[in-house]
Amino acid sequence: MTTETQNKQAIMNAVEAAIKEHGTSREELIPILNDINRKIGYLPQEALEEVSRRLRLAKSQVFAVTTFYRMLSTKPRGRHVIQFCESAPCHVVGGREVWETLQDILKIGEDETTPDGKWSLITTSCLGICGVGPVIVIDDDIYGNVTPEQIPDILARYS
Amino acid sequence: MAFYRSHVLVSVDPGCLAKGALEVIDALNDELVAQGLVDEVQVLETSRIGDPAQYGPDMMVYPEGVHYANLSVDDIPYLVEEHFLKGRIVEKFRAKEITVADEELGPPKPKEVRIVLRNCGKIDPNNIEDYIAEGGYMALAKVLSEMTPEEVIDTVLRSGLAGRGGAGFPTGKKWQFARNSSDPVKYIICNADEGDPGAFMNRRVLESDPHSVIEGMIIAAYAIGAHQGYIYCRAEYPLAVKTLNIGIQQAREFGLLGENILGSGFSFDLEVRQGAGAFVCGEETALMASIEGRRGEPRPRPPFPAVKGLFGKPTNINNVETYAVVPQIIVNGAEWYASMGTENSKGTKTFALAGDVKHTGLIEVPFGITLREIVYDVGGGIKDDKKFKAIQTGGPMGGCIPEQYLDLPVDYKSLASVGSIMGSGGMIVMDEDTCMVDIARFFMEFTQDESCGKCVPCRVGTRRILEILTRICEGKGRDGDIETLEELCREISSTSLCGLGQGAPNPVASTLKYFRHEYEAHIYEKRCPAKVCRALITYEIIDGVCTGCTVCARNCPVNAISGERRQTHYIDPDICIRCGICMQVCNFNAIRIN
Repeated sequence: MTTETQNKQAIMNAVEAAIKEHGTSREELIPILNDINRKIGYLPQEALEEVSRRLRLAKSQVFAVTTFYRMLSTKPRGRHVIQFCESAPCHVVGGREVWETLQDILKIGEDETTPDGKWSLITTSCLGICGVGPVIVIDDDIYGNVTPEQIPDILARYS
Repeated sequence: MAFYRSHVLVSVDPGCLAKGALEVIDALNDELVAQGLVDEVQVLETSRIGDPAQYGPDMMVYPEGVHYANLSVDDIPYLVEEHFLKGRIVEKFRAKEITVADEELGPPKPKEVRIVLRNCGKIDPNNIEDYIAEGGYMALAKVLSEMTPEEVIDTVLRSGLAGRGGAGFPTGKKWQFARNSSDPVKYIICNADEGDPGAFMNRRVLESDPHSVIEGMIIAAYAIGAHQGYIYCRAEYPLAVKTLNIGIQQAREFGLLGENILGSGFSFDLEVRQGAGAFVCGEETALMASIEGRRGEPRPRPPFPAVKGLFGKPTNINNVETYAVVPQIIVNGAEWYASMGTENSKGTKTFALAGDVKHTGLIEVPFGITLREIVYDVGGGIKDDKKFKAIQTGGPMGGCIPEQYLDLPVDYKSLASVGSIMGSGGMIVMDEDTCMVDIARFFMEFTQDESCGKCVPCRVGTRRILEILTRICEGKGRDGDIETLEELCREISSTSLCGLGQGAPNPVASTLKYFRHEYEAHIYEKRCPAKVCRALITYEIIDGVCTGCTVCARNCPVNAISGERRQTHYIDPDICIRCGICMQVCNFNAIRIN
């Protein structure tokens, strides 16, 4: 099997598993998309088409819902995803400096991936841990009280 | 009958036994006999007191209630002599409580009254029996066995409870509307899409005391006649989702959810639905659209959810905190709740204090407390003892309140009167180093991004405001910008379809009103008084103070600093990104911001 068919198979498996879990009624659309997004890292075209077919929804409908919600992505993401909390409490305690430094060091902007596919940088809405702002999340690791100086060290932990 | 003046309870938890608890008991008995105290001091065996690994062998001595830990056989003679003969507590044997600091919710600070937060941090959220032991589900039992739905609604009405999501609508009235709808199928929804940046009260309650919300929802369902409920929880709160699901499962096992609850004939079940990252889904009609699998776009009201809501059925939707209070109102009575607060706002409210205060975190205070008390008494004052500049309340749709209103008593009406809102309860304190234009721009960036796009005033209007604010912060402000901003604010507020658009201009409008001079400085003098806006500041190394140690140059992430060793260094303003690292690492305070 080529990588391409492997990928296609993985996508179909993810769709199948999500539908098995939630069923095919309209109101299960968002839980289904959530599951697939979590499994594959994003929502590829093939996944959306399969979901539209199985739920009997117009592709435009599925696409409209997918693009509305921030946590669902139609673009592939890097090996490591950096989520930066862009909320006001993190902002006023030094979040701005952390954000600018992240962009300058990685040389990418919001919602972009580095050319080598290692890093994706996205913003997230408030995670509710404002007591330890500024906050960044890399994959599943949460970093609190982040300062610009710490960033090179934090990034160096990921291969 | 023997009358003992003292009781000693020694733990015989297996962990303690392994560390020699039985030998300690024997030694204790021997020593008491030797000292002639057997008729006055009773020794009893008990189960676990403290964690055996940390404290064993340990004991509790009453009536003092002292916890002695890590005891050995050799300690006993001294202990008996000091404590039982001389009546002195032996400090060196006393257990040192190892407390884990709770960064968001410590012990109550001065002026706090904890009702919603009463169980948080004290019970195991994943054990329904802990909740029951604290009086949980008593309210439900009372409601199902002694009260009619009308009586429940009347109690909630008389308590004065108002929606804690931000609108402050009388909860009893809302339930009444839903009850009056005659459809046999009705829904109860809990809005747990706490999207306001800086607000995490709901998150904490869901993670630490989920059953208070579950119980409140069951009572509400009984009151309005619903049999199915949903908790719509944002996906950014994975722990809350998990805790809720465990709680619901346990409630089902205990017969508190499902068919024929507590044998009353009333049936109700709950399900958790997750969001997918859209702030606007905190708006009730957008939330319902999201549950239905659609884009989270609000719709006009009427018809209100109580008449036509989820899947077209009558629906009652309330915030997490509103439901969490209901059981206590039932148990303690409407008058109890109404005795707290002000004329138009009854009870207590949780707030999340964030920003430049010494003690950030969750607080719960009765309405009527002043902003000054919140910032200085509860919050401990400004961090680093800097000057207070403003406090922003209510989340991104709230206004910034300046110093002259610090003595304002907090309630729904008073906050609205100064151009802000209660919102969900976020409070961000800002010190003198905050640029109010930057803050306005920042909030507008957020609301612009989260605008659902359905109505023109919000979709286009917020974008125009953002463009102007960005230009101003970049030093390209123009004469007439302020007037345009004011006009836009008025129009967007009055013509937007939902609360997001209606409230989005508030940060801008309030900063324009109270901090106009900062806008003028940015526009006419190209100066940022708070030294925040990057385009308007430069970092400069002070000649004469700089020792040429090269630390700054080596730490600069963009290599903007040049200079020879022992010579004054120079920052190139065209390369400098104003990150501030150089200033942080300089040991000589040789760098300043212009």
